[in-house]
Amino acid sequence: SRDELVCGSSNVSLREFGCEQSLLSRPDGSASFVQGDTSVLAGVYGPAEVKVSKEIYDRATLEVLIQPKVGLPSVRERSQEQCVRETCEASLLLTLHPRSSLTLVLQVLHDDGSLLSCFLNAACMALMDAGLPMSCLFCGVTCAIDADGQIITDPTAAQEKESRALMTFAIDSKECRVMMSSTKGSFSVHELQQCIAVSQKASEKIFQFYRDSVKRRYSKTL
Amino acid sequence: MKDTPLANCERDFLLKAIEEKKRLDGRQTYDYRKMKITFGTDYGCCFVELGKTRVMAQVSCELVAPKESRPNEGIMFFNIELSPMASPTFEQGRQSELSVKLNRQLERCLRNSKCIDTESLCVVSGEKVWQIRVDVHMLNHDGNLMDAASIAAITALCHFRRPDVGIQGDEVTVYSPEERDPIPLSIYHMPISVSFSFFQQGTYLLVDPCEREERVMDGLLMIAMNKHREICSIQSSGGIMLLKEQVMRCSKIASVKVSEITELISKALENDKKARKAGGRCGFAESMPQERITALKMDETPVEMTEVTDRANDIVQKAEAPSQTVPSPVVPVPGVGQVGQGLQNTWGLEEEDEEEENDNSGEDEEVKETKMEVEQHDKEGSKQEDVVEISDSEEEEVVILHPETPDKAPKHTGPSFHQKGAAASKKKQKK
Repeated sequence: SRDELVCGSSNVSLREFGCEQSLLSRPDGSASFVQGDTSVLAGVYGPAEVKVSKEIYDRATLEVLIQPKVGLPSVRERSQEQCVRETCEASLLLTLHPRSSLTLVLQVLHDDGSLLSCFLNAACMALMDAGLPMSCLFCGVTCAIDADGQIITDPTAAQEKESRALMTFAIDSKECRVMMSSTKGSFSVHELQQCIAVSQKASEKIFQFYRDSVKRRYSKTL
Repeated sequence: MKDTPLANCERDFLLKAIEEKKRLDGRQTYDYRKMKITFGTDYGCCFVELGKTRVMAQVSCELVAPKESRPNEGIMFFNIELSPMASPTFEQGRQSELSVKLNRQLERCLRNSKCIDTESLCVVSGEKVWQIRVDVHMLNHDGNLMDAASIAAITALCHFRRPDVGIQGDEVTVYSPEERDPIPLSIYHMPISVSFSFFQQGTYLLVDPCEREERVMDGLLMIAMNKHREICSIQSSGGIMLLKEQVMRCSKIASVKVSEITELISKALENDKKARKAGGRCGFAESMPQERITALKMDETPVEMTEVTDRANDIVQKAEAPSQTVPSPVVPVPGVGQVGQGLQNTWGLEEEDEEEENDNSGEDEEVKETKMEVEQHDKEGSKQEDVVEISDSEEEEVVILHPETPDKAPKHTGPSFHQKGAAASKKKQKK
């Protein structure tokens, strides 16, 4: 059947990816994350004073802002902001900073597919750089299913355009569980489970990268 | 978020250092900070680093109708975005005094100086012209945003390529980059803004103030100039009185700085052109420093796919099968849809009751009456007719009531129309 065809792909890979932390002087934490040609810059401010209208008495208020490259933020950016905010809220220990504000600003530098997963990765690196207490790390993986039913991880913009379905998952570092999912297009339950399994496999690579970059930061030699 | 206030002792220290001709970062009075210009992967994207100040500019284009007063000219649009990333005091989507000031200055620097040939942006006179939009994003605010923004904007404009258009009779074709090489904008000259800050009522002057220096300065003078030493705009703010000699001196310094910066920009543009011609990868990803401990890169990595199928199969099999019985929508009363059984819809029943009471009064309200009649008919009718399943395609038309059709189109046959016809005839009887 078609379901068996799904996993015949051998070119399931992550594009080359890289990250630079603390590259901005003003924010408390900053990171740029690059996946292929897709790149995102993230900056975190906080914990800081919060507006009275946004104050939550038992935890910090997290605000996520996404800045598109051209024009003003629209509905698309709002929905992406919500996906990122909910993932960050799930991993950050917000109760340790009651009545304070955290602001995460994400700037698109170039969009060449898998933008939401790049947002998530940049956000996690920036939160790490800011030294905010978190219960776990998270990463984002985007999977596309093309017209033949093949799974493509970390698709480019062209691959995204030709895909039948597009899914982005946020995966936690402790048990590789799905923290957030955002899907587009139609797919079967089997395909969904396969994409989750692929994303969990891919997340191991990204977490290894996180670990390596932290190790490099605190090493005495390059 | 509020900005961290500057302590009095810090302010005094800065001012005293300036009096002694010393600057916080060890620069001389007329020195610019280190400047770096990089380009994005696509055309018209430029990053400028001026010390720690970081700015990104992106140029885009769109076909629009021209302004009525200038039917042969393209439109230039500038937008400086003070992103909250640059400084905690910047708020998203709010026009602050600073953003208005910067926007206005950039417009005066680039639009009013006529550095771009807007007439070449005309496609069809009075109908279609190119609108060139320049978005400047502030990424990190460490002083002198204006200079960084003007450099980023003009460099991005020089780097930008717009799609080629072909006109054949009345037809306008916009060619994709694959079909025809995109065209650069025609730029006459490159105005660059140079900022001077004044301290102690104009006694001391510094070029390229950093954020700390901007906080303690008394006044600011921005001169936009091109390499031909033509002044494109001068703006003085902060309300200090400048002497003629001071303005002259500043314009002389500006001309030196502008020629240096112009050279840097043309070098950067040339390098990028070479890199693009060579077919190598270029852009932000490639400009990431490799020698820093804060940066790390990983090559393309395959994801292991064995086990994946098994795992997915496993989960799907273990998962509880979803209930197979999907409730089909039912129509208890015509014109009303309902999902799930046993639900009593109380929607609008009261109104119907009212209508029933006023039965004989309104003969002109045919639509309502027909509906009501059908309902009555259904209530009288057997239970089977009471519930009409939408999923049954043949009877689907029962749900849509056209009060006029039974009379006007009696030729239609089928169970559904019989029912309606019956309703209509019944109505007539009653009248």
